[in-house]
Amino acid sequence: MALQTSIARCNARVGRAPAARVAVKPQYVRGAAQVVAAKKKEIMMWEALREATDEEMERDPTVCVMGEDVGHYGGSYKVTYDLYKKYGDMRVLDTPICENGFMGMGIGAAMTGLRPIVEGMNMGFLLLAFNQISNNCGMLHYTSGGQFKVPVVIRGPGGVGRQLGAEHSQRLESYFQSIPGVQLVAVSTVANAKALLKSAIRSDNPIIFFEHVLLYNIKGETHDGDYCQSLERAEMVREGTDVSIFTYSRMRYVVMQAVAELEKKGYNPEVIDLISLKPFDMETISKSIKKTRKALIVEECMKTGGIGASLSAVINESLFDELDHQVMRLSSQDVPTAYAYELEAATIVQPNQVVEAVEKMCSKVAAAV
Amino acid sequence: MALRSASTQLLGRAGLLPAAVCNAFHRCMSTSDKFSVEVLPFKAHRIEPPNNVVETSIDELVGMYELMYKMRRMEIAADMMYKAKLIRGFCHLYDGQEAVMTGIEAALTKEDAVITSYRDHCQHLSRGGTVKEVMAELMGKRDGASKGLGGSMHMYNRQANFYGGNGIVGAQIPLGAGLAFALKYQKKPNVAIAMYGDGAANQGQKYEALNMAGLWNLPVIFVCENNHYGMGTAEWRAAKSSTFYTRGDYIPGLKVDGMDVLAVKKSMEFAKAYALEHGPIIMEMDTYRYHGHSMSDPGSTYRTRDEISTMRQERDPVERVRKLLLAKGYDAAAIKAMEKSVKKEVDTAVEEGKAAATPPNEWLWRNVYVAPANMDMRTVEGTYVQPTYDPTYSS
Repeated sequence: MALQTSIARCNARVGRAPAARVAVKPQYVRGAAQVVAAKKKEIMMWEALREATDEEMERDPTVCVMGEDVGHYGGSYKVTYDLYKKYGDMRVLDTPICENGFMGMGIGAAMTGLRPIVEGMNMGFLLLAFNQISNNCGMLHYTSGGQFKVPVVIRGPGGVGRQLGAEHSQRLESYFQSIPGVQLVAVSTVANAKALLKSAIRSDNPIIFFEHVLLYNIKGETHDGDYCQSLERAEMVREGTDVSIFTYSRMRYVVMQAVAELEKKGYNPEVIDLISLKPFDMETISKSIKKTRKALIVEECMKTGGIGASLSAVINESLFDELDHQVMRLSSQDVPTAYAYELEAATIVQPNQVVEAVEKMCSKVAAAV
Repeated sequence: MALRSASTQLLGRAGLLPAAVCNAFHRCMSTSDKFSVEVLPFKAHRIEPPNNVVETSIDELVGMYELMYKMRRMEIAADMMYKAKLIRGFCHLYDGQEAVMTGIEAALTKEDAVITSYRDHCQHLSRGGTVKEVMAELMGKRDGASKGLGGSMHMYNRQANFYGGNGIVGAQIPLGAGLAFALKYQKKPNVAIAMYGDGAANQGQKYEALNMAGLWNLPVIFVCENNHYGMGTAEWRAAKSSTFYTRGDYIPGLKVDGMDVLAVKKSMEFAKAYALEHGPIIMEMDTYRYHGHSMSDPGSTYRTRDEISTMRQERDPVERVRKLLLAKGYDAAAIKAMEKSVKKEVDTAVEEGKAAATPPNEWLWRNVYVAPANMDMRTVEGTYVQPTYDPTYSS
């Protein structure tokens, strides 16, 4: 039970409530029946990420991890827990607190052929490393005329947690989305976390890999064996007909909570987890919109210039004739995340707002018919 | 011997000595024989400096001279091409600093890694690139070092472990630490050279890299090319302490006469041995650039023309080697012939660069990613394009 106490300690340190506030709904997989639990073990997301890291480090000696407290401390979210004991200090490197410095170092190492996983203790801290990520990571393959690959995975938790204050509650996926040459991935379930991290590590492109502070302790099953999930494909969470709801990361659970409510009211929404924030999986997205003719984006990113803003523009431009209603976009407010619980809750999207948005869209369209 | 060689030189230079006598003289002294040259003593910080006697040979000096002369002619040609508007944007020239890179190469192999800033044309050359590649790249042509996509500040050579070519001041320093980290990780007996200027020496990320390098004993040699001006700001106006070789605190440093290629070579041999065994070391190269910071900078508003011309007369690195070669009895005619051949190479490279084709539009979306799968990126009009991957740019 040492694990339980250490998790509790971890929670206490970051001021987290022991359980995630939003109930986790079973995952719906496109076309398949719900997986019947044979003797499959449920693990937490941090364990799934740890398994992925461990498996890839074992498989490929050029894979290494670097970041603050990833080694002896065990990782601030336990993703690299005890891996240094197995792989040594060089492969699980405790860096000093110098994001610009160690991001550059990781990228330099990647240029020679290593495959570093650089952890930002919080994705917000990576703003200090933005120059390295933008110029030396994203652009290098192009400007070197294809000579140097930068196979790094830049991973860490982002998003709004539990009263962590403004500077530790940033949702800044969109700050990175314009960087040419990088891919952005956001994980949301235990299964896709492990499968996507494996793919990201194996990818030769630089991947910015967004986890969420509040999802590390959610439980679920991983895929069997060496399963790697495509980094560019969205996930069908729930097939439907009334409206296409596009979401990612923790907002997936907010949406599914709203869906429970909507089902009772007789709606049949389709829910798609974007997974790939750059590039968008336009095949899945357009197929869904052509079917439902209504698009709702639910994200934790900022309203101004968020991932949803980009997606909304793309949908309007390329799927205008397929829409019966303008694209609706629920994003977090353009304010720093306040400390007070109620204000923090008011900053991000809540399930009731999703329900209202769907009702509004569907009734307006129905009235127009 | 000295008297004879002096008269031989004089007569030889005047063309009055028949070739046979010249050759006879050379048979007495082999060009691969080693001899010693004294250089300016090194200043040291937290380390015992090497002595200031350098062993070299005519062969080595000839090789160095050729490289330095080529660098010089290439940069002058770039200046002319820039003024002719065939090179656009930023163009940072290295003339005056040739001894630094040439001396570094003399101490290294191509298995050692080099990374530098935007003043990288001559590094590309010394790492095995050609004048043609540099010229074509500066003119934005598809035959260029980076296929015309990088420009002046982004030249690379993977095979020769040359990691560019970096536009942002100081950002290459942590990358250099990363190169050394990878070398240590892969247990290779090689070093990484992270080059930067006196301006970049005030960047925070330099100290982050120094700390990490010192912490893990990474085999990295930090080379500060101190040309005394960070663009228009003199070193004493930008740095509280301009003894850059001491600013690594616990990391040892050497200050070297960067206008003397032999001093640079000796110090770098010392540094490589040190770095492989102990870890990082800082080398401050006291050097000078004749041009301004870049072609947009006349280079004379913040320093006097006297200063520039005095440097040229008294400390020019290329001239120094030439004088040394002649003093050692090397045939002036051979030097002239080599210079002529270098000039021809540079002129040809310029002409070839002018005539070369520009990169085709298809290359706009080439190699943004490595082997992209299911990637649809959007064009200006909003249509979709699939990025392509082809490291050879064969089509």
